[in-house]
Amino acid sequence: MGEQSTGAQITGAQSLVLALEAAGVTDVFGIPGGAILPLYDPLMDSRIRHILVRHEQGAGHAAEGFAGATGRVGVCMATSGPGATNLVTPIADAAMDSIPMVAITGQVPSGAIGTDAFQEADIRGITMPITKHNYLVTNPDDIPRAIAEAFHIAATGRPGPVLVDVSKDALQALTTYNWPTAIDLPGYHPVTKPHAKQVRDAASMIIASKSPVLYVGGGVIRANASVALRKLAEISGIPVVTTLMARGAFPDSHPQHLGMPGMHGSVAAVGALQKSDLLITLGARFDDRVTGKLSTFAPNASIIHADIDPAEIGKNRYADVPIVGDMAEVIPELVMALEAEYAAGNRGDYGAWWALLNRMRETYPMGYDLPDDGTLSPQYVIQRLGLISGPDSIYAAGVGQHQMWAAQFIGYENPNTWLNSGGLGTMGFAVPAAMGAKVGCPDKTVWAVDGDGCFQMTNQELATCAINDIPIKVALINNSSLGMVRQWQTLFYNSRYSNTDLESHRIPDFVKLADAYGCHGLRCESPDDVDTTIEKAMGMNDAPVVIDFIVHRDAMVWPMVAAGASNDEILVARAMAPDWGSDE
Amino acid sequence: MSRHTLSVLVEDTPGVLARVAILFSRRGFNIESLAVGPTEVPQVSRMTIVVNVEGAPLEQVTKQLNKLINVLKIVELDPDSSVQREILLVKVKADLETRSHILETVQLFRAKVVDVASDAVTIEATGNGDKLAALLRVLEPFGIKELVKSGAVAMARGARSISDRPVRSADRSA
Repeated sequence: MGEQSTGAQITGAQSLVLALEAAGVTDVFGIPGGAILPLYDPLMDSRIRHILVRHEQGAGHAAEGFAGATGRVGVCMATSGPGATNLVTPIADAAMDSIPMVAITGQVPSGAIGTDAFQEADIRGITMPITKHNYLVTNPDDIPRAIAEAFHIAATGRPGPVLVDVSKDALQALTTYNWPTAIDLPGYHPVTKPHAKQVRDAASMIIASKSPVLYVGGGVIRANASVALRKLAEISGIPVVTTLMARGAFPDSHPQHLGMPGMHGSVAAVGALQKSDLLITLGARFDDRVTGKLSTFAPNASIIHADIDPAEIGKNRYADVPIVGDMAEVIPELVMALEAEYAAGNRGDYGAWWALLNRMRETYPMGYDLPDDGTLSPQYVIQRLGLISGPDSIYAAGVGQHQMWAAQFIGYENPNTWLNSGGLGTMGFAVPAAMGAKVGCPDKTVWAVDGDGCFQMTNQELATCAINDIPIKVALINNSSLGMVRQWQTLFYNSRYSNTDLESHRIPDFVKLADAYGCHGLRCESPDDVDTTIEKAMGMNDAPVVIDFIVHRDAMVWPMVAAGASNDEILVARAMAPDWGSDE
Repeated sequence: MSRHTLSVLVEDTPGVLARVAILFSRRGFNIESLAVGPTEVPQVSRMTIVVNVEGAPLEQVTKQLNKLINVLKIVELDPDSSVQREILLVKVKADLETRSHILETVQLFRAKVVDVASDAVTIEATGNGDKLAALLRVLEPFGIKELVKSGAVAMARGARSISDRPVRSADRSA
């Protein structure tokens, strides 16, 4: 930063555009409206690409997808009132999944604030509990500082969404542009460097442990610490599990990777946590979907908990060794501390532990049954997609069965290639997130793996993709149902399918819908056509493509730990508990 | 459950009180009282928040508060080494017969009468919660017509100011 003061009289809106340029913004997703109109005028002359979406929720998820794929701050924009409230879901989503995002909203003129003016909503008040921080700017002179602070806060520490609400009169009034040369936030000092003593304590616990596990969360991806993680795993020989948010942080093909833990985790990953005597927790937060019933989670394990957010440490599970810091600094320091132990001749022996884990994963590999009637297995479709498109593609999922299968059956080798709504569980995330990812990474193949329920929540963004040359690919796993809810009804509500039949094998016709949106539409109903259909879609890069995979509707996601149950009660299939091994 | 008094220094910006209140509500923490006002430093306000929580939730309260960008510092005040005061205004029924008894009570509690009407007196009292509760118990039989009480304000004893005190070690903002 620096120099940046024009001295000339410009409007607040012009100042805001200059500030966005200074913050390094290249792409913005949004929709104009009355209160934010002054901003859209100078935006026309800017080098920033504004992508006109069809619904503000699409703008928000696109900003999240952009951020998730590139690691840069995603930006979305909306007008006051309904425009701003339509951003609420993506903002809450970004807060739950620690996604760096800045949302710019127009507000009614400052004199009208509080009068229930047309399209007035207190978006700052509404988003206080779901933003990392937010601003209401009514003085045009404050615009550059608010923007600079917003990007700083969104991107540093534990990343998250920041909203900047700017009144229309502040956009219209004259001001001079001054980009701040330094950020002055006396109440904001994220700790990135870990405490040396805590790291040493962690290293000696790791040496003493007989059955440690690296419990890796999304924080490792946000911190760009995958390379360091791999080194830590390889020098120590400790098994790794990657949570739903951390898929891709550690290569799935790596022999030390046991897969995903949690409600739909692999038996080996769940079993490793349950049987462990030491969890080395890196950028994870003991979410209920990972721990199951908290009081029975990893009952014999001591906990090393490293996280950038001190409030996560001890929130759900007591930490024997708390480490506050950025994973990009914590993990290399942990590597150094371990190397010092090894140099002194101290080394953990995990031979018996690996023998147990290897038995678990050989006995209970991830798998699925094919339907008897020759119809399509959704797991098979997703597995083939992952193999054909490969680990250099980006996969964005919606929420539900298809999301879990995409987490289980696609092999991730690289960080930032798996985008999903983990914390909030927002149906409809996939298409707009894929759109944002494709804008951020135009040279990569970007797949939205979506369900027919999710797809119908946000598929209007296909128009945005078609018109703006954003050729995403959609693998629609169409089981004509709200599949995950239906699965719960099968298991817990005596197969009484209350309001989960979407009838989407009949309405809408997704191939025609794709066609109507200027996209390629393909349909696949037979296992024999899966590969050729995917390959055909791989070759279509002149427009977005939607494949309607008509799949068997009774397929279920396994393994499963029922909500609120102990991880010890994991089932590999209906009424089928694994044998944990007899040597304990 | 135990009572804890937190002194919270915040930037004096619009919305900061709402942020703190929303945080408590969102995380399910109960505020017993909250008082806010200016400090010796311009642009810095001080909140005194009394909460009823156990040790581990208290740590969550302080850590979550610390994540608010406008929160500068949080110090938990130990009741034994701090001064804590609330202010009470209470309007008590008083006729010729009871007035002298009431005035006697006022003197015993080192409270004062701030307004007198033909059939009521208004009393002002300052003290910690226990003292004010005791005063109210004695006044109750006379008939309390109206009552208003402030939240607690508190300050550590001794020469050092809150700006000299270290923050709780775990409470580093992210």
